Amino acid sequence: MTNKTVLHAKHLASGAKMVDFYGWEMPINYGSQIEEHHAVRTDAGMFDVSHMTIVDVQGTDAKDFLRRLVINDVAKLTVPGKALYTGMLNEAGGVIDDLIIYFFSDTNYRLVVNSATREKDLAWMTKQSIGFDLTITERPEFGMIAVQGPEAIAKVGTLLSAEESAAVEGMKPFFGVQVGDLFIATTGYTGENGYEIIIPESAAEDLWQKLLDAGVAPCGLGARDTLRLEAGMNLYGLDMDETVSPIAANMAWTISWEPTDRDFIGRDVLTAQKAAGDQPKLVGLVLEEKGVLRTAQKVITEAGEGIITSGTFSPTLGHSVALARVPRSVKVGDVVEVEMRKKLVKVTVTKPSFVRNGKKVF
Amino acid sequence: MSNIPSELKYATSHEWVRLESDGTATIGITEHAQGLLGDMVFVELPDIDDSVSVGDDVAVAESVKAASDIYAPVSGTVVAINEELEDAPELLNSDAFGGGWLFRVKLDDASELENLLDAEGYKNSIDED
Repeated sequence: MTNKTVLHAKHLASGAKMVDFYGWEMPINYGSQIEEHHAVRTDAGMFDVSHMTIVDVQGTDAKDFLRRLVINDVAKLTVPGKALYTGMLNEAGGVIDDLIIYFFSDTNYRLVVNSATREKDLAWMTKQSIGFDLTITERPEFGMIAVQGPEAIAKVGTLLSAEESAAVEGMKPFFGVQVGDLFIATTGYTGENGYEIIIPESAAEDLWQKLLDAGVAPCGLGARDTLRLEAGMNLYGLDMDETVSPIAANMAWTISWEPTDRDFIGRDVLTAQKAAGDQPKLVGLVLEEKGVLRTAQKVITEAGEGIITSGTFSPTLGHSVALARVPRSVKVGDVVEVEMRKKLVKVTVTKPSFVRNGKKVF
Repeated sequence: MSNIPSELKYATSHEWVRLESDGTATIGITEHAQGLLGDMVFVELPDIDDSVSVGDDVAVAESVKAASDIYAPVSGTVVAINEELEDAPELLNSDAFGGGWLFRVKLDDASELENLLDAEGYKNSIDED
C-alpha cells in the first residue's frame, strides 16, 4: 500500500519523477535536482513534506511527559510558538527519532517526527505516556509545505492575508504561529530562511499552486537531501538510528544536562558515555578532487576506522562533502583517507556543517 | 519514451557508437542512461592514445545518485576526448547524443560494429529492463 500526499496530482502536473520513500510516493525531482538545489540557495523553492507526522501532545501532564521523553528540556520553552530540536531515545541511549517540538503552553505541544519512523514513534510515545494525564493525537488531516530560500519569506508574503502577515511579522527563527487555518513556522531543513506551513488538506493544492505562480520552484527529495547535507543536518536512518548515541551523532547540543534531577529516558547511559569519553563523533569530510563520497564508504584515520553516514556532491561548493562517524580523537583540519571505488582518496576533516544562507561555512 | 537515433549503434550497457566519415567511432551514453543516472557531476575519461578493448571499463559517469562505469563498445585507440565535459558534465544530461559525447577511437576492427545493436534492438533491450 503506497501512500500519496494531498499534493500528488500537483507533482505529476509539474513533471515530477516519483519514487517510493518509506511507503510514500514522493517526488525525487522535477527534472534537475541540481537546479532545484540552486533555486533554494539563491531564490526560493518548496517541498511537499506532507508525509511527515504531526503529533499533538495535550493535557495536564504534557510538560512533565516531554521532559521525560526527549533529551532536550521543554521547560526551556516559555514563549508561545518557540520550537526545539531534540532526540527521543530508547533506554539503551539509542536515537529512536529526531523531532521538532513546538510549545504553545505547558499543556499544549506539537511534535513533528519523521514519517519513516511514524509507527514506532507513536508506539513508543503511547507506551511511555502510561501514568501521565494527557492525549497523544496524530494529525493526518494536514498537509505541510516547506518554502525555503533567501526570497522564500518575501514570496510567501505576497500570498498572505493582512492578519497572517501581521502574525508572522518579525518572527524569529525556530518559532511557529497558528493564524486562521495556517500554522506557519520559521523552521526548515535546508540552512536557508523560510517557512514550514501546516495547512488543512483541503487548502493545500491551492496554496501550492499560488506558490508556483509566485515563482517558487518545486523541489524534490533529491534536492532536499543535498541541501540538508550541505547544512550539516542529520537524516534519521543514515546519520543516526537506534544503535547510535546522540553523542556520536552531533546531537550532544540537544541534550539538556541541567537540571541534574530531570530523569529523561537514556540519561544514565549518556552520563556514563560522557564520563568515559569513548563515543565516536560525527564530523564533516571535504573532498576537493573529483569523485563523490557516498554512504557506507570506509574512513581510515590514524586513530582507527570510521564510516561515511551520508555523502553527496555539493552543488553549492562544486565538490563532494560528507558526514562521517570517526574516532573521537580525530580533529578538524586532519587529513584522513576514504576508500572510494577501489582507491584511497584524501579528505579534510571539518565541522559537520558546510553551507549556511548560501555561503560556505568551513 | 526517450529518443533513440536510428543512425547509431548501441551496447546493452547503454553506450552509443557513431561511425564518422573518417572511419573513427564516437562513443557516448544514451539519453535513457542519463535519465536513469540523474544530474551528472563528474566525468572521468580515458587518455588520448589509450588502447581500449571491447568490455573494458574506460570511463566513469558520476551523477548525484551514483558512479557508473562506462564500457568500451568497440576496440581501438583513443584519438579524442570531450574536454568540455570537465567543466560541463551536464552536457551528458542535456545533449546525450551530441555535445555529451565522451571519446573517439580509431577502430582496430570495423567489423566489431556488427556485434552492436541497432536502434530497434536497443529499444527492445531497455523495454525488458
